[in-house]
Amino acid sequence: MKDMLVQVEPLIPALRRYARALLRNRANADDLVQDCLERAVSRWHQRRDGSVRAWLFTILHNLAADQFRQASSRGRHVPIEEAGEGEFRGAAAQEHRLMYQDVLDKLAKLPGEQRTVLLLVAVEDLSYAEAAKVLNVPIGTVMSRLSRARERLQQELDGVADAPGNVVTMRRLT
Amino acid sequence: MNNRPITEDDLHAYVDDVLEPERRAEVGSYLADHPDVAKRVAGFADQRELLRAALAPIADEPLPPELNLSRIVEGRRRRSPPAWWAIAAMLLLSVGGFGGWVMRGSLEAPPGGLAALAQEAAYSYNVYAPDRIRPVEVRASDTTQFVQWISSRLNRPVKVPDLASSGYRLMGGRLVATQHGPAAMFMYDDDHGSRVVVLTRPMSSADQNAPMTAQSNGGATGFAWADDGIGYSLVGPAPLNSLKAIANEVRRQARAI
Repeated sequence: MKDMLVQVEPLIPALRRYARALLRNRANADDLVQDCLERAVSRWHQRRDGSVRAWLFTILHNLAADQFRQASSRGRHVPIEEAGEGEFRGAAAQEHRLMYQDVLDKLAKLPGEQRTVLLLVAVEDLSYAEAAKVLNVPIGTVMSRLSRARERLQQELDGVADAPGNVVTMRRLT
Repeated sequence: MNNRPITEDDLHAYVDDVLEPERRAEVGSYLADHPDVAKRVAGFADQRELLRAALAPIADEPLPPELNLSRIVEGRRRRSPPAWWAIAAMLLLSVGGFGGWVMRGSLEAPPGGLAALAQEAAYSYNVYAPDRIRPVEVRASDTTQFVQWISSRLNRPVKVPDLASSGYRLMGGRLVATQHGPAAMFMYDDDHGSRVVVLTRPMSSADQNAPMTAQSNGGATGFAWADDGIGYSLVGPAPLNSLKAIANEVRRQARAI
């Protein structure tokens, strides 16, 4: 059990980040991560050898997929927290929000399968093979989704590139 | 010079920095010759940085209590009590139900010796270790009084084992009732909230001196041994080999009294 704690605990922040990026709602995302951890604890001994990170993301991803399926079959949307309100407080947080809200909004416009690949690979640093395992698709599919995700997000971002206060300029400030 | 054509996959692997150095250099020189592709790739790299920066603060937030893994482990343990609880409850019911005549000596004698001690330790562990409110009766801060009191109840000098070297801190202790009289229970926890229990009491006639043996009772595992008429049992969730090391430490300290 101690072994489990040592290996799983350091990954919880990344699981939260992924869940929050997918659901865009702190409470729902943390509920999902809690569910994921409960399962990880109870299935720890059934885990096969390999990356604990990929294993945890697989559990989390499947839970999120179930949740999206249920939400869409009930014909309602998972509530989205307005512009991450209440997530980061204070002036620095406010500034952070202004700078990055745009890219998160645009990420949210991507189809789910593209968004998940982009998050797993570009943010969570899963290898392409690990991402393929998490999503239960061939590596080729991961690569094509990644490619489409990046092209599409780029189009979205370029769409506002000429507007004042655009993200490209703000990015250079950091 | 390798002339493998540059693929889209190479470009993404370049952005994600997962290419072998040689291939990376090839992609790099390709990009130098193809500014329009280089611009696309730079855009992808910018996206990547933007996303990472946008989401980074989430991973820095302090974890809420619901995501405390040690608590989740404890909570699960509490929700799924080992099956022997049911057996113990049934035994109690049947003893009550059949009335006194069952007790006229026809009831099987309780296990004696080390096995009994280990079982008592397992009972205490299963009852008190999951308790979040009052796992111990006397806190570690009142150890001196506790030791005096418990020594007088056991009619023996009792010393509280110090398990700091194993990463476990004393939480406190309590007096527990066993079939063989009063016993002292000490509880410890580590940084992950994992708890172990040491139970000690004078041994009845059996097993006045007994070597350390592994014991398993329902969900609880541990070790028991006896030295000079005093029995000890250590029970915990840790893997057997780490419990063994802790048990050895307890025995070493007890012998040094």
